[in-house]
Amino acid sequence: MMRRAVLIAVPYFWLMALFLVPFIIVFKVSLSDTALAIPPYVPTLEWRDFRTFLSQLDFENYIWLTQDDLYWKAYLSSLKIAFLSTLMTLAIGYPVAYAMACCPEKWRSTLMMLVILPFWTSFLIRVYAWMGILSNEGFLNQFLLWAGIISTPLTILNTNTAVYIGIVYTYLPFMILPIYATLDRMDASLLEAAEDLGCSRIGAFWLVTVPLSRNGIIAGCFLVFIPALGEFVIPSLLGGSRTLMIGKVLWEEFFNNRDWPVASAVAVVLLLILIIPIMLFQRNQQNQAEAGR
Amino acid sequence: MPEDVFAPWDDPEEKPLIRFQNVTKSFADSIVIDDVSLDIYEREFLALLGPSGCGKTTMMRMLAGFETPTSGRIELSGKNIVPLPANKRAVNMMFQSYALFPHLTVWDNIAFGLKRSKMPKDKIAARVEEMLKLTRLGKFAGRKPHQISGGQRQRVALARSLAKAPKLLLLDEPLGALDAKLRQETQFELVDIQETTGTTFVIVTHDQEEAMTVASRIAVMDEGKLIQVDTPDRIYESPNSVYVADFIGDVNIIEGRARKQGADLYGIDWADGQRLLAVTSERAFTEGQPCHLAIRPEKITISADKPVHADNAVQGKILDIAYLGNLSTYHVELPGGMIIKAQTANTRRMSPRSFTWEDAVWLSWTVTAGILLAE
Repeated sequence: MMRRAVLIAVPYFWLMALFLVPFIIVFKVSLSDTALAIPPYVPTLEWRDFRTFLSQLDFENYIWLTQDDLYWKAYLSSLKIAFLSTLMTLAIGYPVAYAMACCPEKWRSTLMMLVILPFWTSFLIRVYAWMGILSNEGFLNQFLLWAGIISTPLTILNTNTAVYIGIVYTYLPFMILPIYATLDRMDASLLEAAEDLGCSRIGAFWLVTVPLSRNGIIAGCFLVFIPALGEFVIPSLLGGSRTLMIGKVLWEEFFNNRDWPVASAVAVVLLLILIIPIMLFQRNQQNQAEAGR
Repeated sequence: MPEDVFAPWDDPEEKPLIRFQNVTKSFADSIVIDDVSLDIYEREFLALLGPSGCGKTTMMRMLAGFETPTSGRIELSGKNIVPLPANKRAVNMMFQSYALFPHLTVWDNIAFGLKRSKMPKDKIAARVEEMLKLTRLGKFAGRKPHQISGGQRQRVALARSLAKAPKLLLLDEPLGALDAKLRQETQFELVDIQETTGTTFVIVTHDQEEAMTVASRIAVMDEGKLIQVDTPDRIYESPNSVYVADFIGDVNIIEGRARKQGADLYGIDWADGQRLLAVTSERAFTEGQPCHLAIRPEKITISADKPVHADNAVQGKILDIAYLGNLSTYHVELPGGMIIKAQTANTRRMSPRSFTWEDAVWLSWTVTAGILLAE
């Protein structure tokens, strides 16, 4: 009995220490006011006069978020960018995963390796590399000029296009791997059965392969959508001044404006927005586990 | 009333539904099907029987359209179907793994093929209900494949492959995943369904008992060749080779040389200093030709005393007794060291066994009990 309690307590303690406690701190900061101090907010936690401490907390910052249209525009723009880049990642990732699953057995581990290989380099360095590729004097423009396809360099860097490219590139493996896993498990005789019953190859793909890889598609989409929504490195390095993403806003509030309470409020709202897809994702995973196989 | 016997293969006027004409199939460097010609008739239940790797599955996959023969023709109702893809053939297949679509209900699985043809919706529903009734699956129409038992899944697979009323139904080891008891019941069910629907069935199996139970004809295959195609009783009682005799059921093979003794009566010189074994044979053998005498264990009588009027009798010693419940098999060692199996039916309960280990016994059989084979 005791042993079981201890075993169960360990992961809960872990969650408490690494998620709940920091979240409570962030939430508390979001209810505070800015101040020219270290740390830059009041009130700081005081146990002696806990009642006055509580009375100084308010939801002012949350009201502020609704008053300045910068914030809800940034949320909406982030949702749009995350949603569209998820679709693009799916459009590229599905064919890649499908091709991998169709490959002869001996090639698969090599291909899998190639998908995971970019993780061996720092994410930041890879995003910098994209700056080198996409800039006006970058490799892409030089190549297109050399090939005679364009006569003046394309402006890609510091636009939303660059942000999309960056997000799709970065999160592609998260789309490919779960889809590949479901396709790999699929019984090849199912496709033969579909064909035997009068389906064309394409018909069998839409009626059998796609529905059976549904769980992989859903998992992949969430794995891309959730981090893309709060993404800040990619929009700040590849995006321009007009790229509006909530991660970037949050970063600017925190470091440029040194307004920790508003930054914390932005973070809490972002978390609340993310809870819905995260819960849907969990349910999908659970359904998958229950369906067996 | 010999007219009523179903034997279209004996009627030269009868047109076959399926005709394999000198079909050869090779993969990379190995020949899997070697110049096979075979006619399959309408309403027939043909079993392709052989050990794994004999090419029986390839034969079936060529019929379904998943493999193309390297050379030769395959005709369906007189038309060459080799260039037709699988989805354009009036042939359906029941897969060994059943290959039921896990995301669809039993009802939708059965309707899958019908929906692909341009059948009106109410007709599809009627046909699915008919199939559910035929396979006694009505109660499970709304369930997904993982929510029903193995036996039910097998019936869904059968219903799905029959739904489009194919000219030919292929069954790839259809009962392989069922346990012994269910398997026996299902064998008879399969025969009933075949008879009610009047569909031509081709079944692939490595289980000879299954083939004997369900098939109207059995095609025994080995290494890409058809060894014998015949009715189950002829395969069993008149095998054309030692391979077939040995593959189907239990058999004693006695090697020797043929000595002609009458019109179709031969004596087999099988061991020095022993009396020749008498056997009749429709097949002609030359004097001294090496031959094999195949005798089924149940055709050998075992007795303590020397039988008086037996055509053939040899003496031996009981080495082993295998009690199988309904039968007992005695392994009898002959003086030369050869072991002959003899079988007796245990028709009475609790009767004490007449023989035991090390007993000296006589084995006897009639002149027609065995069959003489060249190879």
